[in-house]
Amino acid sequence: MSEYNFAYLDEQTKRMIRRSILKGLAIPGYQVPFASREMPMPYGWGTGGVQVSAATLTPDDTLKVIDQGADDTTNAISIRKFFQKTAGVNVTEKTAEASLIQTRHRIPEVTLREDQILVYQVPIPEPLRFLEPSEVETRKMHALEEYGLMHVKLYEDISKHGAIATSYAYPVRVEGRYVMDPSPIPKFDNPKMEMAAVQLFGAGREQRIYALPPYTEVISLDFEDYPFEASKADHACDLCGAENSYLDEVIIDDQGGRIFVCSDTDFCTSRQDQTKEEAA
Amino acid sequence: MITVSNLTKNFVLHNQNSAVIPVMVKASLDVKAGECVALIGQSGAGKSTLMRMIYGNYLAQDGDIWIGQTNVVGASARDIISLRRETLGYVSQFLRVVPRVATRDVVAEPLMALGVDPSIARQRAENILSLLNIPKRLWNLSPTTFSGGEQQRVNIARGFVYEYPAILLDEPTASLDAVNRSVVLELIERAKSRGAAIVGIFHDESARAQVCDREIDVSAFAPQVN
Amino acid sequence: MTQPLLDVRGIAKFYGARIGCADVSFDLWPGEVMGIVGESGSGKSTLLNCIAGHLEPDAGEVFFDTRVDGMKDTLLMSEPERRMLSRTDWAFVHQHARDGLRMSVSAGGNVGERLMAVGARHYGDIRARAIDWLGRVEISESRIDDRPTAFSGGMQQRLQIARNLVTGPRLVFMDEPTGGLDVSVQARLLDLLRSLVREMGLSAIIVTHDLAVVRLLADRLMVMKDGHVVEAGLTDQVLDDPQHAYTQLLVSSVLQV
Repeated sequence: MSEYNFAYLDEQTKRMIRRSILKGLAIPGYQVPFASREMPMPYGWGTGGVQVSAATLTPDDTLKVIDQGADDTTNAISIRKFFQKTAGVNVTEKTAEASLIQTRHRIPEVTLREDQILVYQVPIPEPLRFLEPSEVETRKMHALEEYGLMHVKLYEDISKHGAIATSYAYPVRVEGRYVMDPSPIPKFDNPKMEMAAVQLFGAGREQRIYALPPYTEVISLDFEDYPFEASKADHACDLCGAENSYLDEVIIDDQGGRIFVCSDTDFCTSRQDQTKEEAA
Repeated sequence: MITVSNLTKNFVLHNQNSAVIPVMVKASLDVKAGECVALIGQSGAGKSTLMRMIYGNYLAQDGDIWIGQTNVVGASARDIISLRRETLGYVSQFLRVVPRVATRDVVAEPLMALGVDPSIARQRAENILSLLNIPKRLWNLSPTTFSGGEQQRVNIARGFVYEYPAILLDEPTASLDAVNRSVVLELIERAKSRGAAIVGIFHDESARAQVCDREIDVSAFAPQVN
Repeated sequence: MTQPLLDVRGIAKFYGARIGCADVSFDLWPGEVMGIVGESGSGKSTLLNCIAGHLEPDAGEVFFDTRVDGMKDTLLMSEPERRMLSRTDWAFVHQHARDGLRMSVSAGGNVGERLMAVGARHYGDIRARAIDWLGRVEISESRIDDRPTAFSGGMQQRLQIARNLVTGPRLVFMDEPTGGLDVSVQARLLDLLRSLVREMGLSAIIVTHDLAVVRLLADRLMVMKDGHVVEAGLTDQVLDDPQHAYTQLLVSSVLQV
């Protein structure tokens, strides 16, 4: 039996976080301030996501943790072990078998279901921050729905680069009301945000939680004559052959040789296993 | 058209122990449409003062100034502005313009303020500038660098480009040579025959004799010195 | 035209016992330019900021002829309403261009921002309008992607004007628009302002300490001293036949060139 309360946080803290989550779900895309706790990991390492997961987990849950799509990076392993120790929940690498998935910077390729929850780790929750440094002013802009500045940013991109250059953390408009930063997921993943699962976003250092209930309308910002494109490398995965998954570019030798592989490791291995089965 | 009655004016110089300087007492005159009336009198007698009061540039302490249906004395700023735009023209002795504006546009301004199409306004400006012998090469330049006579002609062009029902002229032929003087007198005759009421100050007696129907001596309105 | 565009009544602003401005009332009609002159500390900028909604006055009303709802007291408007007003029907040209521009955004972005703020979503159209407006304020099209930090003071000021006028406001507030500019640059700016005011049928309230500016730009004039309006009327009348002692002093103090 662990010396910790279930999932590390005390019950009062969980209540506070759950209230913030409920508020976030009631106002999709709105950033709810919350009293972020000190966690046994530094800021910038997913404390927001961990606190949201900790408040959401129940003993029957099956947890999956991915970092840039992979289950086997240092951070994914650390966080998974953290919850194994403090919550004792089952863990899995298979997306389809998880009931709660904590992710950094990717949405799984497999379509998520209504009985699943996706928890995102968020560094900077405020999409307007780079153009308007004042928190007082950005709060007003959200409250008054003054989002002209967001399009100024996109305008600047097009005038400088000929296209909207933002390739990750691409801003979206939720239910026609709030403009939201989807966390640094590649823009390729933006269309997936209209999904059946509950999506929760936690920013520990910035102390904000926001949320999207199932089937929420999420539209990526663009111009009529420069429409949004969910683009990826024009390649198939060199390991499993998938043509429609987001790819990582991997340098394999000192001559600059490279391969492209699915960033979602579970997706890739499942496809490879399936191919082997069919071949057998 | 222009009726001045019992017009009285003082200047109060607050910064010189509030000295009160009366300059006009019970001035009256009446100008009908098609008439040109000259103001005469010694230098300093009040000719320009009276003209400025008619234009609303100086305030009156008492009396009335009727231009058509509008009494300039006590009129609101808005009413005077629209009076000056539509009814009352004024050719002063000095040309005051925004630097950098082309002569053509300076002259076209009164028409543009009335909403006349800019290209038509400029065409009419060019016509009257030609009439006044301002050469074409000067039309694009700002008049601020012109000679005194040229500036005077630009001033006159601006005053006559629109057919004001009432016109005030302060020394319109000063600094002009014989050729241009007769052009200006011709413009005044034309204005009269279309029914404009004109008040003018002319030092040049022959010009005065040629276009003016009557003379009013403003010394009659000077305050009595005890 | 039966009512003024702007009807200001009894505006007052106090700083403790000190008067910022007191008891100021006037109306402004479409197409009119009102100048407010006075020396430093006269209260003219305080008055402008109270009317424009940047400062909260302690008393008074500011009725504006909104297109939809007729005359409304802008001081009683909700914040979203007032902010929308200041993005569409009103414009404010600051003395220092950097207070009225986004210095880290390109010239085109600065001009296009107000359009995007009211829903413009076609990049090509936005850019075309920005180019058109830059041309009207005599900034070359080639500078559209440059940041204002690369512009001269006069250019920054002209950019500020373009940024403000692109949505076709009906009322423009200007606080010392030619302050700090070289004399030749001032002339160019005044000329530009005059023609824009006339072409667009704008009404404007211009605060300045420079009597030459009001003579050229303003139809009507208010002279302020120690927070009060001491004289008001037609610009040329107030300057040529000043009645109040202070106005006489002000006019006689201007250096002739």
